[in-house]
Amino acid sequence: MKWLSDDRLNHLRTIVSEPDFSSTKYTFVKELGRGGMGEVYLAEDRELNRLVAVKVLNTPDVTDDLRRRMIREAQIIAGLEHPGIVPVHDVGTLPDGRIFYAMKYVRGLRLDEYAAQGASLRDRLRKFQAVCDAVAFAHAHGVIHRDLKPQNIMIGSFGEVLVLDWGVAKILEPRIDADERRSIRVYPRESAANETSDGTVIGTRDYMSPEQARGEIDQIDERADVYSLGAVLRFLLTDKATRTAKAICSKAMAHVPESRYASASELSADIARLLDSEPVSAYRENAFEKVSRWVGKNRFLVLLILAYLLMRIILIFTSRP
Amino acid sequence: MDPDTDIGGPLHKFPVTNHSAIVNARSEDQITRQRALDTILTSYWKPVYKYIRLKWQVSNEDAKDLTQGFFANAFEKDHFANYDAGKASFQTFLRTCLDGFVANERKAGGRLKRGGGMDHYSLDFAAAEDELASHAVTSTLNPEDYFHREWVRWMFTLAVDAFRIRCVDSGRTVYFQLFERYDLSDDNVSYASLAQEFGLEPATVNNYLAAARRDFRRIVLEKLREITATDEEFRTEARSLLGVDVK
Repeated sequence: MKWLSDDRLNHLRTIVSEPDFSSTKYTFVKELGRGGMGEVYLAEDRELNRLVAVKVLNTPDVTDDLRRRMIREAQIIAGLEHPGIVPVHDVGTLPDGRIFYAMKYVRGLRLDEYAAQGASLRDRLRKFQAVCDAVAFAHAHGVIHRDLKPQNIMIGSFGEVLVLDWGVAKILEPRIDADERRSIRVYPRESAANETSDGTVIGTRDYMSPEQARGEIDQIDERADVYSLGAVLRFLLTDKATRTAKAICSKAMAHVPESRYASASELSADIARLLDSEPVSAYRENAFEKVSRWVGKNRFLVLLILAYLLMRIILIFTSRP
Repeated sequence: MDPDTDIGGPLHKFPVTNHSAIVNARSEDQITRQRALDTILTSYWKPVYKYIRLKWQVSNEDAKDLTQGFFANAFEKDHFANYDAGKASFQTFLRTCLDGFVANERKAGGRLKRGGGMDHYSLDFAAAEDELASHAVTSTLNPEDYFHREWVRWMFTLAVDAFRIRCVDSGRTVYFQLFERYDLSDDNVSYASLAQEFGLEPATVNNYLAAARRDFRRIVLEKLREITATDEEFRTEARSLLGVDVK
């Protein structure tokens, strides 16, 4: 038997671990990343002549619940049609039995990379608000993300914000009206217990709500995502963050779900108010802060008044005999 | 996608695989059991031999006796039947048993029977020794990592051999020849040059190589399936063997 050099061995390991797209319309380009759910590859869609991101279950054994979760992830994302949620184009099975789905290839930066590039606090808050809006849309359709973190949020090359990785999402009871529901292509009614049982911890520790960290699946609702959004906001806040911004963060990350924002929309609304220098629900201002905020918001008017007063004073002094 | 997403919990259970030599090593059926032990020996003898040479710094003859003695002793005393997949991978278990065996043998002072009663197995120790002589061990590699790396190399070597035999048996020799020229050889060849060399269209070379790699992948996983006890261990070792990071 021929000796396999380290180079050849590494080459064989690579070709064996690469997905076999021969039965699909995709051509392997390169690996983009690996995660708990699977691997993501860059591939070319030969029919439409465009690049796509293809996610493939990383285990060669496809008979476990990871496979079901992966199909479910594709179904959930495909059903959520929103500019802030990455669209799924295709779902299928590779020749070796592994499940894959093709989704939009987002060119851009992850939120943590975006923040590291020195984006201003205002820009960060705008992006964060867009994340809240996408999550609020998912919540309105009964989907809880459960793994929100900067690494699962992309800022596209046109500045658009996209929430990725819905693989561990939880489906809540449908609460939307019939017309809205018809717009969701796949909407499986599954109880959380079918997917994950109490005691099973899903998510990422630093961004996980206390109830999620305890594995209390039945207790997880929109407010678990609100907590994670709060953790994302905490990550985005700089040293220059105001007390108001910190208060929003604290409210979103309250230990008890009842003390948090009831929804991502409410959190988004408070961020909007913060950006508009309006009072926010998370913070009660004293008189000085109210004046200070009013001055900050009406800086131009204040400057105009000050200039007018200054001119009057100058006129008074110069017109004296 | 971020690698720190945790999926776990106390309810994860993995069924026992049906094609596992590790499981079949406990079989009541003598033939099944013997086949399983043969598979374990075939899959591990070379990394075991090299590991003994490296870690225990013994002569080639002593390493040969210790290798044979280790497997003979393990088979005779049913050591592999004690393996608990919940505690460690089989590879780690085997290496731990091996260390214990060699330490005991050294303490006992060379009472080991030449050949260890394994003379009927054809193990090419000379080739293993040649490989040790020609390919120096990297000084930064500890013996445990060396054992793992040599096991991976040996698994792929066995898979290449099995793939060659299958191609020949199924009349698809050209698949193996293309695979050998493009994926096993250090020569820098292109699809176009292979197409010319084999009198094929470049697209056909592409298709044959894709099929060859697919079959090769299947064989690697089959081999791995044989020497792991549970689906969980299979998955973990597949990640390790296929170069996927193991958390």
